[in-house]
Parts: sequence; structure tokens; C-alpha cells
Amino acid sequence: MEALDALILSRIQFAANISFHILFPTITIALGWVLLFFRVRFAQTGDEKWMNIYRFWVKVFALSFAMGVVSGITMSFQFGTNWPGFMETVGNIAGPLLAYEVLTAFFLEAAFVGIMLFGFSRVPAWLHMLATFLVAFGTTVSAFWIIVLNSWMHTPQGFEMVDGVAFATDWWAIIFNPSMPYRFAHMLLASGLTVAFLIAGVSAFRWLIGDRSRDARTALKVGVTIGACLIPVQIYMGDMHGLNTLEHQPQKIAAMEGIWETGPNQPLLLFAIPDEAARENRFEVAIPNLASIILTHHAGGVVQGLNDFVAEDGTVMHPPVLPVFWSFRTMIGTGVAMLLLSWATVFMMWKRRRMHVDPAAGHWLAVEGLPKPFFWALVPMAFSGWVATLAGWYTTEIGRQPWLVQGVMTTEMAVADVPAPMVAGTLIGYLVVYGLLLFAYISVIVYLARKAARGDDGRAIDMSHSGKAQVAMLQPAE
Amino acid sequence: MFPDFANPAEWLPWAFASLMGFSILVYVVLDGFDLGVGILFPFAGDVEKDRMIGSIGPFWDANETWLVLAVGLLLVAFPTAHGMILTALYLPVFLMLIGLILRGVAFEFRAKAHAKHKALWNNLFFVGSTMTALSQGFMLGLYIMGLEQTWATYAFAGLTAVFLTVGYSFIGATWLIHKTEGMLQIRAVRWARESLWGVILGIGAVSLATPLVSVRIFDRWLQFPEALWLAPIPIISGLLVAWLWRMVRQMPFAGDVRSWQPFAVATGLFSLAYVGLAYSFYPYVVPERLTIYEAAAAPESLLIILVGACFVVPVIAGYSVLAYVIFRGKATELRYD
Ligand code: HDD
Ligand code: HEM
Ligand code: HEM
Repeated sequence: MEALDALILSRIQFAANISFHILFPTITIALGWVLLFFRVRFAQTGDEKWMNIYRFWVKVFALSFAMGVVSGITMSFQFGTNWPGFMETVGNIAGPLLAYEVLTAFFLEAAFVGIMLFGFSRVPAWLHMLATFLVAFGTTVSAFWIIVLNSWMHTPQGFEMVDGVAFATDWWAIIFNPSMPYRFAHMLLASGLTVAFLIAGVSAFRWLIGDRSRDARTALKVGVTIGACLIPVQIYMGDMHGLNTLEHQPQKIAAMEGIWETGPNQPLLLFAIPDEAARENRFEVAIPNLASIILTHHAGGVVQGLNDFVAEDGTVMHPPVLPVFWSFRTMIGTGVAMLLLSWATVFMMWKRRRMHVDPAAGHWLAVEGLPKPFFWALVPMAFSGWVATLAGWYTTEIGRQPWLVQGVMTTEMAVADVPAPMVAGTLIGYLVVYGLLLFAYISVIVYLARKAARGDDGRAIDMSHSGKAQVAMLQPAE
Repeated sequence: MFPDFANPAEWLPWAFASLMGFSILVYVVLDGFDLGVGILFPFAGDVEKDRMIGSIGPFWDANETWLVLAVGLLLVAFPTAHGMILTALYLPVFLMLIGLILRGVAFEFRAKAHAKHKALWNNLFFVGSTMTALSQGFMLGLYIMGLEQTWATYAFAGLTAVFLTVGYSFIGATWLIHKTEGMLQIRAVRWARESLWGVILGIGAVSLATPLVSVRIFDRWLQFPEALWLAPIPIISGLLVAWLWRMVRQMPFAGDVRSWQPFAVATGLFSLAYVGLAYSFYPYVVPERLTIYEAAAAPESLLIILVGACFVVPVIAGYSVLAYVIFRGKATELRYD
């Protein structure tokens, strides 16, 4: 019982830590590239507005980067403190991958982020752009290695087991394991979408509180456009990813779709409450045949059900169904919302392009004509990328249980022999700190947006279109 | 002392232990100075605080990465030891991580949050830095005591915790002597003067305790003829301490000459103390329980990493130096443009 408690607590602690960590890489990976884009546009056009946008978002980047680094350091200790069994069994494979991440990515990011953030007037423009590029590149490389490791845990290959310890036989096969390309692409796109909606949401917020500056408008357009371009690719990629999972981890797909019995003509469940005790779904709302069509491309396609993953002796070798089922639907739902909102917004901005304050310039999109409800919808979507990303990771990771490394070791085998009360105590500590930091992080972004909207962040002010903003400016700064 | 270089199962663990030892040392010196600056934070005025942050802002992240590398190497090369050490140090590790989190984010928040919250983040910056230093010192003490957990070892660990914290503030002060000018520099000299005792007591306490805990270490240091060629370590350390002692009493020199020396000498002193410690514990990675040879991962995996490291570490060294060169000279206020 004691060991079981420590297992559950260790899992919650690990999940809490990595969930907190992933929020910030998700932002920094793509924001690095977007900042490079702003920086290059400024160098090309010399237009102050690009610099203002850069200056605003580089602050968000710096903040997110710091949060990512410190929570990442926690992660690298977690392996030893909570999962010693993990490294003892698969350390020969996980070790080199983690080491390459540190050597090729972390140092690169860490050394150049200083130049990127504080070197603008100290180094030549080309070096500043190079530093920005290297930081963006470094975050992407780091995502690559960690995703390689994670994907290998889902679809392991290129190794042999000797006395219960994994030894690498083919590094190429380990790195390019079957689910890696899909997971890596899906994660990078997730990062891009998170940043796109964050930029759009914060810029919409600035508009709503009266900011009519050129930089807020341009940022809004950039954000929505990136979002509209990436979301269809993401949906397509997600579908491919799912088909790949069907091949390698059918039990996960069965849990995601809530399919209990193997058979053809599986319906797509829009709503259901899977009940593991009764081994059936309650309150089903379904579209007939659609799951079979999505997964096998014809209505009569046979899809394996969860009941196939219960051993003779009753041991359940499939994941808990309810959390996988619902986190999958949360991700899909968010994706659909992103699709509808970004496309509708771009369409609207394009239709009203003539309303641009500077019609002669022949802009493709105009923020001016966008009806209020669009702004209201974009603001709550600012952090929608976080929701979808976490939901996606929960689907993937819970869907792998009870395996830690699919078919090689179970999560239970890896847990540390630390007394449960100690794990519980530290878990509470982490949760309190994380909760407060998350609150501070979001508050500061809101504060920075308000400050920028007031025009007192050193930015060239261009608010001539809003009386309200001018009133705001006349009020003394808080 | 040296392994059989023809046998990969021997020299690879040795090479990795050296690499890990090296990154811990680099970490202690580099993050030592920026944690030290954080520990000194409450003793400075508001404007000085910004300047102090300016002196470490572009570097702290890269400095901290050496810790990630060290833990990574421990994890990768000596997985069993990693598990044993980190489960034994579960609580201090947790406190250190919370400390690192607070100090790392306080950097950013203090500059971006509402002005009325700046004092709060300043305090958290201090608290985070101090917590990190204290827990690292505590872990050092417990490690020296062979990870035994009794009241006596806790008491010793408590002492090393205080000494390491004062030691970090010393190296932080020497960094500030180099990177600042005017009133702040004068203050930094005073801080260095006042914290030098921590370094001396710390090195002294550890040097006395280590041989007492283990007969093996005792013999190693005091047996003839090894003792002869080890003698330079304590002798040079003594000379460096005397040099520092004199210098911090006379500084700052006119024209700011030699302002880099205290930091350089302090680095030398830390390195010597560290080499002495490493010598005591070799070949153990978990003191008196597990040697680096017993704990090592499979040679094939280690080789793969080593090949990569040989290419990458020089490059890392190169661009780390580049960052220090770009931000050389006296610290200025940090700006994004
Ligand atoms: C898909 C992306 C991704 C995922 C799944 C993870 N990380 Fe991460 N991590 C990053 C992407 C990233 C990053 C973008 O590269 C960060 C964020 C900010 C930064 O500096 O680098 C980072 C930072 C970061 C750092 C600090 C590096 C530094 O000092 O610069 C460490 C030690 C880790 N991570 C370790 C981990 C571990 C042990 C993970 C898994 C168990 C993990 N990360 C999951
Ligand atoms: C970054 C996004 C990630 C998130 C949000 C995430 C989330 C989770 C969650 C929620 C669990 C718990 C599943 C359960 O116990 O029911 C879990 C398990 C686990 N994940 Fe991930 N994960 C992520 C990435 C990774 C990566 C990159 C690795 C390894 C390199 C990893 C290694 C593990 C391990 C070792 C476990 C087993 C421990 C456990 O069951 O709690 N995860 N993860
Ligand atoms: C709407 C269409 C989408 C589909 C069909 C889809 C599909 C999937 C599938 C099948 C998985 C599980 C992979 C596995 O079995 O291990 C997954 C995971 C994930 N999804 Fe999605 N997804 C969609 C949208 C999104 C969106 C909009 C985001 C974020 C912005 C996102 C982020 C993630 C992440 C971070 C993971 C975990 C990492 C991984 O396994 O790739 N997904 N997705």
C-alpha cells in the first residue's frame, strides 16, 4: 500500500511538473522564430512598428524563457528523485539522448539568449539577428531531442534487452522511431498555434482597451494569419499521427475513441461517459461509422476494442479510458474552435480591407472593419494553445499507461523508494509555487498589455483613432 | 589515480567522472558568483540593485546550464549513483529547486511587473538565491558525511550550508568589484572583506572533517610519500587566501587597476579546494559505497556521448567566452534595445 501511494503521488508530481514546464517551451519554441521574423522585417523596412512589436514580445519571450529554464531544471532532477528505475532499465538509451539535448541545445540557447535580449545596441545588427536565430534554433533542437526520447518510449525500437537492461543496437532506428516524425511535427505546430493565438489574443485585448496603434493592429493580423495557416496543417498532421498510433498502440486509440468491442462500423462518439467498471459508455451521442471511416478509411473497417487488452487473469493492459477519452476531445474541440475563429477572422478582415486607415497602401487585411465580437472571441482564445497542448499530452501520456516504455517496462517498475509523506509534502510545495507563478505570469502579460496600450512603454505613440486611449494617456501612470 | 587507457570499461567512467567534476566546478564558480550577488541583494540600495542585476543578467542562464550538464552526466554515466544520491538528498534537492525557480523568475518579474511589486520580487530574488546556496551547502555536507542521516551529520551539513552561502557571497562580491564602479564597488570591497572568513572557515572545516569521517581519506592525505606531492594544495591555498586578504583590505586601487584579480584569485582558491575534495573521494561516486567503475553505464552509450562532447564542448566554450566578451567592462543597466 505504501509503495502504491508513493507511486500515485510520484506520478502526480511528475505530471504536475512537466505540465507546468511544457507551457513555457510551447511559447518559446515558436516565439523565437516569430521574433526573428519581426526583427528581420524591421531590418528590411526600417519601420518603427516592427521594432515596437519586437520590443513588446521580446519581454514576453524573456519571461517565458526564464519560466521554461527553471522548470526544466526541475525536470532533469525529477528523473533521479522520482524515477530511478527508469534510468536503470533504459538509461543506456535515454542517457545519450538527454546528453545530446544539453550539449547541442541548452548551451546554445543559454549563451545566445543574453545577446538576443540585451545585445541590441552592443552588437552589430547581423550578430543580433544571428543570436535571435540561434536561440530559436536551439529551442527547436531541444524539442527535437526530448521528443525523440518521448517518442521512443511510445514506439521503442533499435535495442535489445540483456538481463533486464536495454542496450542500444541501432541509434538511427532509435532516433527515427516510428512515432517521432509525427509527434515532433505535431508539437512544433502546437507551439506555433499557441503563439499565434497568444499574439492575436493579447493584441485584441489591447484593441478592446482602446489601443489603436499600428503595432497592435499589425500584431493582431500576424497572429491571426499564422493561426489560420497552421491550423489546417495541424489537423491533417493530427490525423496522420492518430493513424500511426493505431498501428503501434491500438489500445490508446481504442481509449481515445471509447471503443470497447472489436468490430467494424465503429461510430464516432461526440459525447459519452466511459464507465470502466461496467465496460461500456453512458450517454452516448454518436455519428455512425465515422470512427471506422477516419481510422481505416472505409465504413466497414475493423477497429480493435479495449476488451482485447484484458488478460485471461483479468489484468488490465489498457489505459484508464475516461481521462484519455476526454482529453482527446478537449484537444480536438480546441482545434476546431481555432479553425473556425481564425478563418472567420481572416475572412472578415479581408472583406473589410477597404476600411484600412491607409487604403492607398493596398493592404490585404484590415483590423478596423472587424466587428467587436471577434475581438471578444479572440481574447479568451489567447491561452487556448495551452489547453490543447496539455490535453494532447495527457492523451498521449495517459494513453500509454500502464506502460512507461511501451512493452518494455511499466510505470510501477520505475518508481523511487521515497516515503509517501515526503513526496506528498514536496508535491504541495511545487503546486503552491507553480500556482502563484502562473498567476504572476498571466498578470504581468496583462499588465504589459495595458502599459503598452497606454503608450508608456517607450513606444512611438500612434493612437490618433481612439478618444478613449487619449483620455487614458492623460491620466497619470499608476 | 589514472585508469587503464586500453580498457574502455575503465577509462570511460574515469573520463566521465572528470567531465562531471569539471562541470560541477565550473558551475560552482559561475553560478556561485551570481547566486552570491543575489545573497548580497538586501544590502544594496535600489539603484545599485539594478546595476547588480545588470552585472549578471546576460550570464546567469548559461551559468546554470552547467548544473544541468553535471546532473545530466551523473544521470547518464552513473545512473545507479544518480538514483542513490538524489533519493538520499530528496528534500534539500527540492529546496534547491524551489530556490532556483524563485531566483530565476524574479530576475524577469522584477523588471516587468508593476512598480509596486518590484520590492516583492527583489525579496524573492534574495530568498531564492540564499535558499539555493544553503541547500547546496547542506548537500555538500551530507555528501561528505557519506550520505549518513543522523543529527551529527545534519549539524555538520548545517555548518557547510552557512559556509558555502557566505563563500558564494564572497565570490559574488569579487565579481561585483570587477563589474562595478563608484560607491557600489566600494561596498563590494567591504562585502568581500566581511565574507572572506566564511571561505576560510568553510575550507578549513571540510578539510578537517573529510579525513575524520573516513580512514581511507585520512590515509590518503597523510601517508608518505603521497602527502609530499599533495602538500602544494594546502600551501598554495594558504597563499591565495593571504593574497585575497591583503587585496580586499587595500582596494579599490586608483584607476581601477587589478579589479579583476580578486575574482580570479577566488576562482583559483575554489578550484584548489575542489580538486582536494575530488582527490579525497576518488574513485567513489557515492562515498565509500559505490565507485565510478561499479556505477557506470554501458561503455557503448558512454562512447557515443563522449564523441559528441569532444566536438561540442570546445564550441560551447567558444561561444560562452563570446558572451563574456560582448558584455565585458563595467555593468550597465539592462535594456532590450
Ligand atoms: C517540446 C518541447 C519540450 C519538452 C517536451 C520538454 N522540454 Fe525542457 N525545454 C524545452 C523544450 C522541451 C525548451 C524550449 O528548449 C526550453 C524552454 C526554455 C528553454 O530555455 O529551453 C527547455 C528547458 C529545459 C531545461 C533548462 C535548460 C537551460 O538551462 O537552458 C531543462 C533542464 C529541461 N528543459 C529538461 C527537460 C526534461 C527532463 C523534459 C522531459 C521530461 C523536458 N525538458 C521536456
Ligand atoms: C511536455 C509535455 C508532457 C506532458 C504534459 C506530459 C504529461 C504526462 C502525464 C500527465 C503523465 C502521467 C500519466 C499517468 O500517470 O497517468 C506522464 C507520464 C510520464 N511521462 Fe510525460 N509528459 C510530457 C512529456 C514527456 C517527456 C518528453 C518525457 C520523457 C522524456 C516524459 C516522460 C514521462 C514519464 C517517465 C512518465 C511516467 C511517470 C508517470 O506515469 O507519471 N513525458 N507525462
Ligand atoms: C483538431 C485536430 C487534431 C487532431 C486530429 C489531433 C490528433 C492528435 C493525436 C491522435 C494525438 C495523440 C498521439 C498519440 O497517440 O500519442 C495528439 C497529441 C497531441 N496533440 Fe493533437 N490533434 C489535433 C489538434 C491539436 C491542437 C490544436 C494542438 C495544440 C495547439 C494539439 C497538440 C497536441 C499535443 C501537444 C499532443 C501530444 C504530443 C504528441 O503526441 O504529439 N493537437 N494529437
